[in-house]
Amino acid sequence: MVGIRSSCDQILRSTYIIMEWIDKGYVLTTRYHGENSLIVSLLTEKNGKSSGLVHGGGSSKRRGIYQPGNFLDIIWKARLPDHLGTYRCELIRSHAANFLDAPLPLLALSSAVIILERALPEREPDRELFKKFGLLLKVLREVDWAPSYVRWELDLLTNLGFGLDLSKCAVTGCAEELTHVSPKTGKAVSEEIARPYADKLLVLPRFLLKSGFDEDLRDLINGFALTGYFLQRHVFGGKPDALPIQRERMIAALT
Amino acid sequence: MSGNEIEQLIKLFARLPGLGPRSARRVTLFLIKRRESLMLPIANALRLAAEAMVPCSLCGNIDTIDPCAICNQERRDRSQICVVEDVADLWAMERAGVFSGRYHVLGGTLSAIDGRGPEELNIAQLVERASEQFVEEVILATSATVDGQTTAHYVSDRLTNCDVTISRLAHGVPVGGELDYLDDGTISAALNARRTL
Repeated sequence: MVGIRSSCDQILRSTYIIMEWIDKGYVLTTRYHGENSLIVSLLTEKNGKSSGLVHGGGSSKRRGIYQPGNFLDIIWKARLPDHLGTYRCELIRSHAANFLDAPLPLLALSSAVIILERALPEREPDRELFKKFGLLLKVLREVDWAPSYVRWELDLLTNLGFGLDLSKCAVTGCAEELTHVSPKTGKAVSEEIARPYADKLLVLPRFLLKSGFDEDLRDLINGFALTGYFLQRHVFGGKPDALPIQRERMIAALT
Repeated sequence: MSGNEIEQLIKLFARLPGLGPRSARRVTLFLIKRRESLMLPIANALRLAAEAMVPCSLCGNIDTIDPCAICNQERRDRSQICVVEDVADLWAMERAGVFSGRYHVLGGTLSAIDGRGPEELNIAQLVERASEQFVEEVILATSATVDGQTTAHYVSDRLTNCDVTISRLAHGVPVGGELDYLDDGTISAALNARRTL
Protein backbone atom coordinates (compact mmCIF):
# COMPACT_ATOMS: atom_id res chain seq x y z
CA MET A 1 0.00 0.00 0.00
CA VAL A 2 2.81 2.34 0.97
CA GLY A 3 4.71 1.37 -2.19
CA ILE A 4 1.68 2.13 -4.39
CA ARG A 5 1.24 5.45 -2.67
CA SER A 6 4.86 6.49 -3.09
CA SER A 7 4.86 5.55 -6.77
CA CYS A 8 1.63 7.54 -7.22
CA ASP A 9 3.36 10.50 -5.56
CA GLN A 10 6.31 10.11 -7.94
CA ILE A 11 4.00 10.08 -10.98
CA LEU A 12 2.19 13.16 -9.68
CA ARG A 13 5.46 14.93 -9.08
CA SER A 14 6.81 14.18 -12.54
CA THR A 15 3.51 15.10 -14.25
CA TYR A 16 2.53 18.26 -12.39
CA ILE A 17 5.91 19.19 -10.86
CA ILE A 18 4.70 19.41 -7.29
CA MET A 19 7.06 21.49 -5.19
CA GLU A 20 8.02 19.84 -1.96
CA TRP A 21 10.72 20.09 0.69
CA ILE A 22 11.35 18.43 4.00
CA ASP A 23 13.06 20.38 6.74
CA LYS A 24 13.18 21.13 10.44
CA GLY A 25 12.36 24.47 11.98
CA TYR A 26 11.12 26.68 14.78
CA VAL A 27 7.71 28.33 14.90
CA LEU A 28 7.99 32.11 14.80
CA THR A 29 4.46 33.45 14.49
CA THR A 30 0.99 32.28 13.53
CA ARG A 31 -2.10 33.97 12.16
CA TYR A 32 -5.55 32.51 11.85
CA HIS A 33 -6.77 31.92 8.33
CA GLY A 34 -10.47 31.21 8.27
CA GLU A 35 -11.98 29.24 11.10
CA ASN A 36 -9.38 26.59 11.88
CA SER A 37 -6.41 27.07 9.59
CA LEU A 38 -3.23 28.92 10.39
CA ILE A 39 -0.65 30.77 8.36
CA VAL A 40 2.52 29.74 10.14
CA SER A 41 5.85 31.46 9.81
CA LEU A 42 8.80 29.16 10.50
CA LEU A 43 12.53 29.58 10.81
CA THR A 44 13.81 26.54 8.97
CA GLU A 45 17.30 25.14 8.68
CA LYS A 46 17.62 24.77 4.90
CA ASN A 47 14.91 27.12 3.61
CA GLY A 48 15.23 30.15 5.91
CA LYS A 49 12.17 31.97 7.17
CA SER A 50 9.22 30.55 5.34
CA SER A 51 5.44 30.83 5.63
CA GLY A 52 2.77 28.31 4.76
CA LEU A 53 -0.79 27.32 5.42
CA VAL A 54 -1.60 24.62 7.96
CA HIS A 55 -5.06 23.16 7.46
CA GLY A 56 -6.68 22.64 10.86
CA GLY A 57 -3.64 24.10 12.64
CA GLY A 58 -5.83 26.40 14.71
CA SER A 59 -8.02 23.62 16.07
CA SER A 60 -7.91 22.97 19.79
CA LYS A 61 -6.06 19.67 19.20
CA ARG A 62 -3.35 21.08 16.94
CA ARG A 63 -2.95 24.63 18.27
CA GLY A 64 -0.42 23.56 20.91
CA ILE A 65 2.02 22.42 18.23
CA TYR A 66 2.21 25.84 16.63
CA GLN A 67 3.36 27.82 19.64
CA PRO A 68 6.33 30.19 19.15
CA GLY A 69 9.68 28.49 19.66
CA ASN A 70 8.41 24.92 19.15
CA PHE A 71 10.72 22.74 17.06
CA LEU A 72 9.00 20.87 14.23
CA ASP A 73 9.53 18.34 11.49
CA ILE A 74 8.16 20.03 8.38
CA ILE A 75 6.92 18.98 4.96
CA TRP A 76 6.07 21.87 2.66
CA LYS A 77 4.15 21.37 -0.56
CA ALA A 78 2.95 23.75 -3.24
CA ARG A 79 2.18 23.63 -6.93
CA LEU A 80 4.65 26.39 -7.79
CA PRO A 81 7.66 27.63 -5.80
CA ASP A 82 6.17 31.12 -5.51
CA HIS A 83 2.99 29.83 -3.88
CA LEU A 84 2.37 30.06 -0.17
CA GLY A 85 2.02 26.29 0.00
CA THR A 86 0.86 24.07 2.80
CA TYR A 87 2.74 22.62 5.74
CA ARG A 88 2.41 19.27 7.40
CA CYS A 89 4.25 19.36 10.68
CA GLU A 90 5.08 17.10 13.54
CA LEU A 91 6.26 18.30 16.92
CA ILE A 92 9.83 17.37 17.83
CA ARG A 93 10.36 19.53 20.91
CA SER A 94 7.92 21.80 22.70
CA HIS A 95 10.13 24.68 23.79
CA ALA A 96 7.24 27.06 24.47
CA ALA A 97 5.95 24.91 27.32
CA ASN A 98 9.23 25.38 29.19
CA PHE A 99 8.65 29.09 29.50
CA LEU A 100 4.94 29.33 30.27
CA ASP A 101 5.61 29.67 34.00
CA ALA A 102 8.60 31.98 33.64
CA PRO A 103 7.46 35.53 32.85
CA LEU A 104 10.80 36.99 31.79
CA PRO A 105 12.08 34.17 29.55
CA LEU A 106 8.58 34.09 28.04
CA LEU A 107 8.90 37.78 27.16
CA ALA A 108 12.40 37.11 25.80
CA LEU A 109 11.08 34.29 23.62
CA SER A 110 8.22 36.47 22.32
CA SER A 111 10.62 39.33 21.66
CA ALA A 112 13.10 37.09 19.80
CA VAL A 113 10.50 35.47 17.54
CA ILE A 114 8.92 38.82 16.65
CA ILE A 115 12.31 40.38 15.88
CA LEU A 116 13.13 37.41 13.62
CA GLU A 117 9.71 37.60 11.98
CA ARG A 118 10.12 41.29 11.23
CA ALA A 119 13.82 41.31 10.41
CA LEU A 120 14.45 38.25 8.29
CA PRO A 121 13.85 38.09 4.56
CA GLU A 122 11.66 35.23 3.28
CA ARG A 123 13.31 32.03 2.06
CA GLU A 124 16.93 33.09 2.63
CA PRO A 125 18.55 30.19 4.47
CA ASP A 126 21.08 30.99 7.16
CA ARG A 127 22.17 27.91 9.09
CA GLU A 128 24.22 29.89 11.59
CA LEU A 129 21.27 32.05 12.53
CA PHE A 130 19.10 28.94 12.80
CA LYS A 131 21.66 27.32 15.09
CA LYS A 132 22.00 30.41 17.24
CA PHE A 133 18.26 30.65 17.73
CA GLY A 134 18.24 27.04 18.90
CA LEU A 135 21.02 27.87 21.36
CA LEU A 136 19.09 30.90 22.61
CA LEU A 137 16.10 28.68 23.40
CA LYS A 138 18.37 26.47 25.48
CA VAL A 139 20.00 29.41 27.25
CA LEU A 140 16.63 30.95 28.15
CA ARG A 141 16.13 28.05 30.56
CA GLU A 142 19.22 29.05 32.54
CA VAL A 143 19.32 31.60 35.35
CA ASP A 144 21.67 34.14 33.69
CA TRP A 145 19.96 34.24 30.31
CA ALA A 146 19.73 38.03 29.88
CA PRO A 147 23.37 38.71 28.76
CA SER A 148 23.07 35.78 26.34
CA TYR A 149 19.95 37.36 24.88
CA VAL A 150 21.89 40.59 24.25
CA ARG A 151 24.70 38.55 22.64
CA TRP A 152 22.10 36.82 20.47
CA GLU A 153 20.82 40.21 19.24
CA LEU A 154 24.40 41.24 18.53
CA ASP A 155 24.93 38.02 16.53
CA LEU A 156 21.67 38.65 14.69
CA LEU A 157 22.96 42.07 13.62
CA THR A 158 26.13 40.38 12.33
CA ASN A 159 24.15 37.73 10.46
CA LEU A 160 22.01 40.40 8.84
CA GLY A 161 25.12 42.26 7.66
CA PHE A 162 25.13 45.03 10.26
CA GLY A 163 27.71 43.60 12.62
CA LEU A 164 29.40 45.87 15.14
CA ASP A 165 33.18 45.94 15.29
CA LEU A 166 34.00 45.68 18.97
CA SER A 167 37.49 44.26 18.51
CA LYS A 168 39.49 47.49 18.47
CA CYS A 169 39.19 51.27 18.75
CA ALA A 170 38.07 52.85 15.49
CA VAL A 171 40.48 55.77 15.98
CA THR A 172 43.62 54.38 17.63
CA GLY A 173 43.32 50.73 16.66
CA CYS A 174 44.11 49.66 20.20
CA ALA A 175 42.19 46.71 21.62
CA GLU A 176 42.24 47.77 25.26
CA GLU A 177 39.98 49.95 27.44
CA LEU A 178 37.16 49.96 24.92
CA THR A 179 34.23 51.71 26.57
CA HIS A 180 31.95 53.14 23.89
CA VAL A 181 30.52 52.47 20.44
CA SER A 182 30.01 55.02 17.71
CA PRO A 183 26.29 55.19 16.79
CA LYS A 184 27.25 56.10 13.23
CA THR A 185 29.80 53.43 12.40
CA GLY A 186 29.07 50.71 14.96
CA LYS A 187 32.76 50.58 15.84
CA ALA A 188 34.22 50.53 19.32
CA VAL A 189 35.97 53.57 20.77
CA SER A 190 38.53 53.55 23.57
CA GLU A 191 37.94 55.45 26.82
CA GLU A 192 40.43 58.23 26.15
CA ILE A 193 39.08 59.00 22.68
CA ALA A 194 35.47 58.68 23.83
CA ARG A 195 35.75 61.03 26.80
CA PRO A 196 34.95 64.34 24.99
CA TYR A 197 32.04 62.74 23.08
CA ALA A 198 30.72 60.45 25.82
CA ASP A 199 27.18 61.89 25.70
CA LYS A 200 26.96 61.23 21.96
CA LEU A 201 28.32 57.69 22.02
CA LEU A 202 26.71 54.45 23.10
CA VAL A 203 28.16 52.71 26.14
CA LEU A 204 29.84 49.40 25.42
CA PRO A 205 28.96 46.89 28.14
CA ARG A 206 31.89 44.89 29.52
CA PHE A 207 30.19 41.53 29.13
CA LEU A 208 30.26 41.92 25.34
CA LEU A 209 34.05 42.05 25.41
CA LYS A 210 34.59 38.88 27.41
CA SER A 211 32.76 35.72 28.29
CA GLY A 212 30.73 35.61 31.51
CA PHE A 213 28.74 38.31 33.24
CA ASP A 214 29.50 40.33 36.40
CA GLU A 215 25.83 40.74 37.31
CA ASP A 216 26.10 44.46 36.64
CA LEU A 217 22.58 45.69 35.92
CA ARG A 218 23.77 48.93 34.35
CA ASP A 219 25.95 46.92 31.96
CA LEU A 220 22.92 44.86 30.99
CA ILE A 221 20.79 47.95 30.32
CA ASN A 222 23.61 49.38 28.20
CA GLY A 223 23.73 46.11 26.27
CA PHE A 224 20.03 46.24 25.47
CA ALA A 225 20.34 49.94 24.53
CA LEU A 226 23.24 49.13 22.19
CA THR A 227 21.61 46.28 20.28
CA GLY A 228 18.21 48.02 20.36
CA TYR A 229 19.70 51.14 18.78
CA PHE A 230 21.33 49.28 15.89
CA LEU A 231 18.39 46.94 15.33
CA GLN A 232 16.07 49.91 15.10
CA ARG A 233 18.41 51.96 12.93
CA HIS A 234 19.73 49.36 10.51
CA VAL A 235 17.29 46.45 10.50
CA PHE A 236 14.00 48.29 10.94
CA GLY A 237 14.93 51.45 9.05
CA GLY A 238 14.45 53.76 12.04
CA LYS A 239 10.74 53.00 12.48
CA PRO A 240 9.85 54.09 16.01
CA ASP A 241 7.65 51.10 17.02
CA ALA A 242 9.58 48.39 15.18
CA LEU A 243 11.06 46.76 18.27
CA PRO A 244 8.45 44.57 19.95
CA ILE A 245 6.70 45.80 23.08
CA GLN A 246 7.70 42.50 24.75
CA ARG A 247 11.33 43.58 24.53
CA GLU A 248 10.57 46.86 26.30
CA ARG A 249 8.58 45.04 28.99
CA MET A 250 11.35 42.50 29.43
CA ILE A 251 13.97 45.26 29.93
CA ALA A 252 11.65 47.13 32.32
CA ALA A 253 11.06 43.98 34.36
CA LEU A 254 14.76 43.08 34.43
CA THR A 255 15.75 46.49 35.71
CA MET B 1 -30.53 30.56 -9.68
CA SER B 2 -32.30 32.21 -6.73
CA GLY B 3 -33.51 35.69 -5.87
CA ASN B 4 -31.18 38.28 -4.36
CA GLU B 5 -32.59 37.85 -0.86
CA ILE B 6 -31.96 34.12 -0.82
CA GLU B 7 -28.48 34.52 -2.31
CA GLN B 8 -27.72 37.08 0.37
CA LEU B 9 -28.94 34.65 3.03
CA ILE B 10 -26.68 31.88 1.66
CA LYS B 11 -23.71 34.25 1.63
CA LEU B 12 -24.35 35.25 5.24
CA PHE B 13 -24.79 31.66 6.42
CA ALA B 14 -21.53 30.73 4.68
CA ARG B 15 -19.74 33.14 7.01
CA LEU B 16 -20.82 31.22 10.11
CA PRO B 17 -18.29 28.94 11.80
CA GLY B 18 -18.42 25.38 10.48
CA LEU B 19 -20.38 26.32 7.38
CA GLY B 20 -19.12 26.70 3.84
CA PRO B 21 -21.12 27.77 0.77
CA ARG B 22 -22.47 24.25 0.22
CA SER B 23 -23.70 23.74 3.77
CA ALA B 24 -25.02 27.32 3.80
CA ARG B 25 -27.17 26.40 0.80
CA ARG B 26 -28.43 23.30 2.63
CA VAL B 27 -29.30 25.33 5.73
CA THR B 28 -31.11 27.92 3.61
CA LEU B 29 -33.14 25.24 1.79
CA PHE B 30 -33.96 23.60 5.10
CA LEU B 31 -35.25 26.91 6.45
CA ILE B 32 -37.18 27.74 3.29
CA LYS B 33 -39.05 24.45 3.60
CA ARG B 34 -39.89 25.28 7.24
CA ARG B 35 -40.75 28.92 6.82
CA GLU B 36 -43.42 29.17 9.50
CA SER B 37 -42.11 26.65 12.01
CA LEU B 38 -38.42 27.61 11.95
CA MET B 39 -37.36 30.42 9.63
CA LEU B 40 -39.57 33.15 11.06
CA PRO B 41 -38.97 32.18 14.72
CA ILE B 42 -35.20 32.15 14.07
CA ALA B 43 -35.37 35.53 12.34
CA ASN B 44 -37.38 36.90 15.22
CA ALA B 45 -35.05 35.40 17.84
CA LEU B 46 -32.01 36.79 16.02
CA ARG B 47 -33.55 40.26 15.87
CA LEU B 48 -34.52 40.21 19.54
CA ALA B 49 -31.09 38.94 20.63
CA ALA B 50 -29.29 41.48 18.44
CA GLU B 51 -31.36 44.30 19.91
CA ALA B 52 -31.16 43.16 23.52
CA MET B 53 -27.56 41.94 23.91
CA VAL B 54 -25.21 44.20 25.83
CA PRO B 55 -21.74 43.72 27.28
CA CYS B 56 -21.84 43.56 31.06
CA SER B 57 -20.43 46.79 32.44
CA LEU B 58 -18.86 44.87 35.36
CA CYS B 59 -17.32 41.73 33.90
CA GLY B 60 -17.47 42.10 30.11
CA ASN B 61 -19.74 39.06 29.63
CA ILE B 62 -22.41 39.28 26.93
CA ASP B 63 -25.99 39.11 28.12
CA THR B 64 -29.34 40.77 27.56
CA ILE B 65 -29.21 42.58 30.90
CA ASP B 66 -26.58 44.81 32.43
CA PRO B 67 -25.06 43.77 34.87
CA CYS B 68 -25.25 40.24 33.46
CA ALA B 69 -27.14 37.35 35.05
CA ILE B 70 -23.94 35.95 36.61
CA CYS B 71 -22.96 39.26 38.21
CA ASN B 72 -26.56 39.62 39.46
CA GLN B 73 -26.61 36.24 41.23
CA GLU B 74 -26.44 36.98 44.94
CA ARG B 75 -25.40 33.45 45.90
CA ARG B 76 -22.13 33.73 43.95
CA ASP B 77 -18.92 34.10 45.88
CA ARG B 78 -17.86 37.73 45.61
CA SER B 79 -14.39 37.04 46.97
CA GLN B 80 -13.19 35.17 43.85
CA ILE B 81 -12.80 36.53 40.33
CA CYS B 82 -11.92 34.16 37.50
CA VAL B 83 -10.23 35.97 34.61
CA VAL B 84 -10.95 34.46 31.18
CA GLU B 85 -9.92 35.50 27.67
CA ASP B 86 -13.28 35.34 26.00
CA VAL B 87 -17.01 34.81 26.56
CA ALA B 88 -16.59 31.27 25.14
CA ASP B 89 -14.19 30.48 28.02
CA LEU B 90 -16.68 31.83 30.53
CA TRP B 91 -19.37 29.58 29.05
CA ALA B 92 -16.96 26.60 29.24
CA MET B 93 -16.33 27.28 32.93
CA GLU B 94 -20.05 27.63 33.57
CA ARG B 95 -20.77 24.36 31.73
CA ALA B 96 -18.29 22.60 34.01
CA GLY B 97 -20.22 24.00 36.98
CA VAL B 98 -17.18 23.94 39.23
CA PHE B 99 -16.71 27.63 39.91
CA SER B 100 -19.09 29.62 42.06
CA GLY B 101 -17.30 32.97 42.02
CA ARG B 102 -17.57 35.79 39.50
CA TYR B 103 -15.85 36.27 36.18
CA HIS B 104 -13.94 38.89 34.29
CA VAL B 105 -13.70 38.71 30.50
CA LEU B 106 -10.50 40.28 29.10
CA GLY B 107 -11.65 40.26 25.49
CA GLY B 108 -8.57 38.47 24.07
CA THR B 109 -4.86 38.19 24.74
CA LEU B 110 -1.92 40.51 24.30
CA SER B 111 -0.39 39.95 20.88
CA ALA B 112 2.36 41.93 19.21
CA ILE B 113 1.70 40.27 15.85
CA ASP B 114 -2.00 41.20 15.91
CA GLY B 115 -1.18 44.61 17.41
CA ARG B 116 -3.26 44.01 20.55
CA GLY B 117 -1.87 45.88 23.55
CA PRO B 118 -3.10 46.24 27.15
CA GLU B 119 -5.33 49.19 26.16
CA GLU B 120 -7.37 46.91 23.90
CA LEU B 121 -8.12 44.53 26.77
CA ASN B 122 -10.46 44.92 29.73
CA ILE B 123 -7.57 45.07 32.24
CA ALA B 124 -8.04 48.49 33.88
CA GLN B 125 -11.50 47.49 35.03
CA LEU B 126 -10.16 44.21 36.44
CA VAL B 127 -7.65 46.14 38.56
CA GLU B 128 -10.53 48.32 39.78
CA ARG B 129 -12.62 45.27 40.67
CA ALA B 130 -9.71 43.47 42.35
CA SER B 131 -9.12 46.53 44.54
CA GLU B 132 -12.56 46.17 46.12
CA GLN B 133 -12.37 45.13 49.74
CA PHE B 134 -14.31 41.88 49.54
CA VAL B 135 -12.17 40.40 46.70
CA GLU B 136 -9.65 37.88 48.06
CA GLU B 137 -8.52 35.85 45.05
CA VAL B 138 -8.07 36.41 41.33
CA ILE B 139 -7.79 33.19 39.29
CA LEU B 140 -6.09 33.64 35.93
CA ALA B 141 -7.74 31.17 33.55
CA THR B 142 -6.05 32.22 30.31
CA SER B 143 -5.08 29.55 27.80
CA ALA B 144 -1.80 27.62 28.09
CA THR B 145 -0.32 29.32 25.05
CA VAL B 146 2.53 31.81 24.76
CA ASP B 147 0.07 34.70 24.25
CA GLY B 148 -2.27 33.44 26.98
CA GLN B 149 0.47 33.13 29.58
CA THR B 150 2.14 36.41 28.56
CA THR B 151 -1.23 38.04 29.22
CA ALA B 152 -1.55 36.22 32.55
CA HIS B 153 1.88 37.43 33.70
CA TYR B 154 1.04 40.98 32.61
CA VAL B 155 -2.29 40.92 34.47
CA SER B 156 -0.52 39.48 37.51
CA ASP B 157 1.98 42.39 37.42
CA ARG B 158 -0.87 44.89 37.22
CA LEU B 159 -2.54 43.31 40.25
CA THR B 160 0.52 43.44 42.51
CA ASN B 161 -0.75 46.50 44.38
CA CYS B 162 -4.16 44.91 45.02
CA ASP B 163 -4.44 42.97 48.24
CA VAL B 164 -5.45 39.69 46.58
CA THR B 165 -4.08 36.18 46.09
CA ILE B 166 -3.28 35.59 42.43
CA SER B 167 -3.52 32.02 41.17
CA ARG B 168 -3.72 30.36 37.79
CA LEU B 169 -5.15 27.13 36.39
CA ALA B 170 -2.87 24.09 36.50
CA HIS B 171 -1.12 22.88 33.33
CA GLY B 172 -0.46 19.22 32.68
CA VAL B 173 -1.98 15.83 31.93
CA PRO B 174 -5.63 16.11 30.80
CA VAL B 175 -8.24 13.79 32.30
CA GLY B 176 -8.16 10.58 30.25
CA GLY B 177 -4.76 11.49 28.82
CA GLU B 178 -2.01 8.90 28.48
CA LEU B 179 1.60 9.90 29.00
CA ASP B 180 2.60 8.03 25.86
CA TYR B 181 0.62 10.47 23.70
CA LEU B 182 1.67 13.69 25.43
CA ASP B 183 4.31 16.03 24.07
CA ASP B 184 7.44 16.69 26.12
CA GLY B 185 6.30 20.21 27.02
CA THR B 186 3.07 19.00 28.61
CA ILE B 187 4.89 16.26 30.49
CA SER B 188 7.44 18.80 31.73
CA ALA B 189 4.65 21.19 32.85
CA ALA B 190 2.83 18.33 34.59
CA LEU B 191 6.00 17.24 36.37
CA ASN B 192 6.74 20.78 37.52
CA ALA B 193 3.19 21.14 38.86
CA ARG B 194 3.18 17.78 40.68
CA ARG B 195 1.77 17.66 44.17
CA THR B 196 2.15 15.47 47.21
CA LEU B 197 -0.46 12.78 47.75
